[in-house]
Amino acid sequence: MKKPNDVILQTVTTVISFIIILFSINLFFAGHYTPGGGFIGGLMTAAALVLLLLAYDVKTLNTILPFDYRMMTAAGLLIAVLTGAGALLFNQPFLTHAYDYFNLPLLGETSLHTAVLFDIGVYLVVIGVTMTIIQTIGESE
Amino acid sequence: MINLPLLPILIPLLAAVILMFFPKRIKAQRFISLLAIGATIVASVVLAAEVKANGIQTVNLGSWPAPYGIPLVSDMLSVLLVLTSSILTFFVVWYAMIYMDEKYESFFFYIGVMFLLVGINGAFTTGDIFNLFVFFEVFLISSYLLIVLGGKKAQLRESIKYVLINVISSALFVTAVAYLYSVVGSLNMADISQRISELGNTGIVTVIAIFFLMVFGLKGAIVPLYFWLPGSYSAPPIPVLALFGALLTKVGVYSILRTYTLFFTQDTGYTHEILGVLALLSIVVGVIGAVAYREVKTIIIYNIVVAVGVILYGVAAMTPASLEGAVFYLLHDMVIKAALFLLVGIMIAIAGSSHLKDMGGMIRDYPRIGWTYFVAALALAGIPPLSGFIGKLLIVQGGFEAGDIVGPLLVLISSLLVLYSAMKIFMNGFWGTPKEYHGAKAKSANRLWVPAAALVLIAIFYGVGTEAIRPFITMAVEPLIDPAIYIEAVLKE
Repeated sequence: MKKPNDVILQTVTTVISFIIILFSINLFFAGHYTPGGGFIGGLMTAAALVLLLLAYDVKTLNTILPFDYRMMTAAGLLIAVLTGAGALLFNQPFLTHAYDYFNLPLLGETSLHTAVLFDIGVYLVVIGVTMTIIQTIGESE
Repeated sequence: MINLPLLPILIPLLAAVILMFFPKRIKAQRFISLLAIGATIVASVVLAAEVKANGIQTVNLGSWPAPYGIPLVSDMLSVLLVLTSSILTFFVVWYAMIYMDEKYESFFFYIGVMFLLVGINGAFTTGDIFNLFVFFEVFLISSYLLIVLGGKKAQLRESIKYVLINVISSALFVTAVAYLYSVVGSLNMADISQRISELGNTGIVTVIAIFFLMVFGLKGAIVPLYFWLPGSYSAPPIPVLALFGALLTKVGVYSILRTYTLFFTQDTGYTHEILGVLALLSIVVGVIGAVAYREVKTIIIYNIVVAVGVILYGVAAMTPASLEGAVFYLLHDMVIKAALFLLVGIMIAIAGSSHLKDMGGMIRDYPRIGWTYFVAALALAGIPPLSGFIGKLLIVQGGFEAGDIVGPLLVLISSLLVLYSAMKIFMNGFWGTPKEYHGAKAKSANRLWVPAAALVLIAIFYGVGTEAIRPFITMAVEPLIDPAIYIEAVLKE
């Protein structure tokens, strides 16, 4: 059978997937004050990757984004656990967070919160788990 | 160190995460998991000493004050359970290193065990009812991995049943918590207890109590909710079975013990009566199963149901003696069930079959294993110098004090039949004419004996040193008899 030519799908995907990833990053950083956060942000990023998987295939995606998603899950968990455990160093209860206001060069006065680190962990775990599931099912015969 | 109650949860969690980075390097996996469980044991011992010296320890996670954040509460009961589970896991993992082949070990086995320990230690330590649910899910999801790992036909079939039952019971758990939250408006266990006692005796609280009994009864396998247990537990390999049999049902039993002494103390005439009847039915059904089968694994599996019944009968009687007996028996049963499963696993490894008709005369070639099993069987039945005695004695005494005659008599008769079922394995498996064995793992039998014998040794010390352990148990029972101690420690104002 001749392989169908899906040039329209692939062209649209290259544009759309960037927009989706930008939206997911926006969702991720908006989480503290507006709806959003690590879980939905990670799911959205994974959705963009799944769109790439639909338009291309598993091999192509592994060439452009050579991540090991199992390691990504482990790294996310490690970040989350260590963020919580960081409080132990200051003899505070586990998961006690700290925040402060900083004057950053471009952004001006910004509030930085250690909860973001925890959320980055969640974000990585969600992407890692989703992509591991989809890739494992996709690759099995 | 204010985070002390957290360490038995945090250490295995961190170890599990680190192990995820190199799942195929088996030597490192074995070394790190043993090291982490060892550290967990040390942390639990330090914690136990701290609780003994200074009373109940609490941590409010994230520094949020008591009813608003999630507290971790280590009273003596939870510390003893955490310590026992960590010790058991240590010896079972040691056994697994010899028993399992390398291919099996390289598929996240140790990671699964570490997460299982996180969930169990967390469930014993938490002071928040929804957090209890989360820790239940943590160890259940790890147990799904461990039950299916290996991919044999029976494992696939039984894991479907097991997952199905547990998904349903988890959904019921969430619903029960939702009901409770809509009635009292709090999730902190101490706060719930206080608010329920302010509410007084209302019908809806009794309904929720029965709801919780259904949920935890499904997890802890009481009659008539035990039906999934014999099949599901016979599927996974022996070390996993030992972990499940020793730990998983006991978390359900602990949850019943905790909720029925802390929350639902208003209408005990109804709720505790039902608990008592179900506990006695569990004893009867478990004993029937244990006597009926001639498959070594299944015999011990039905003994789990008997033990759950005996412990819960002690809880239902609600006298100081019976509660103390329940705690004694709970700890004893965790140790001895793990030891028995490990010993029976050696027999299966030698014979290459789990049916008694394929065994016989093992004592000729393996005298150490035979006599260790003999001691373990006596401890299971509760013969005086060994570990099962004092718990059952106190439960029977408590039952009589509560004015019940049928219950204590049933407990006593069940001991006899439990002894018969365990001795059946000894007489048919170790005595009699020796048979030809085709077990592939017979060579490692003597190495497998070491961790199993260590557990039996612990059971012997537990029985002989009852006088030394008793102050700890008495301290563990105090908040069960008087919830005010627990509430005051958590909400301290």
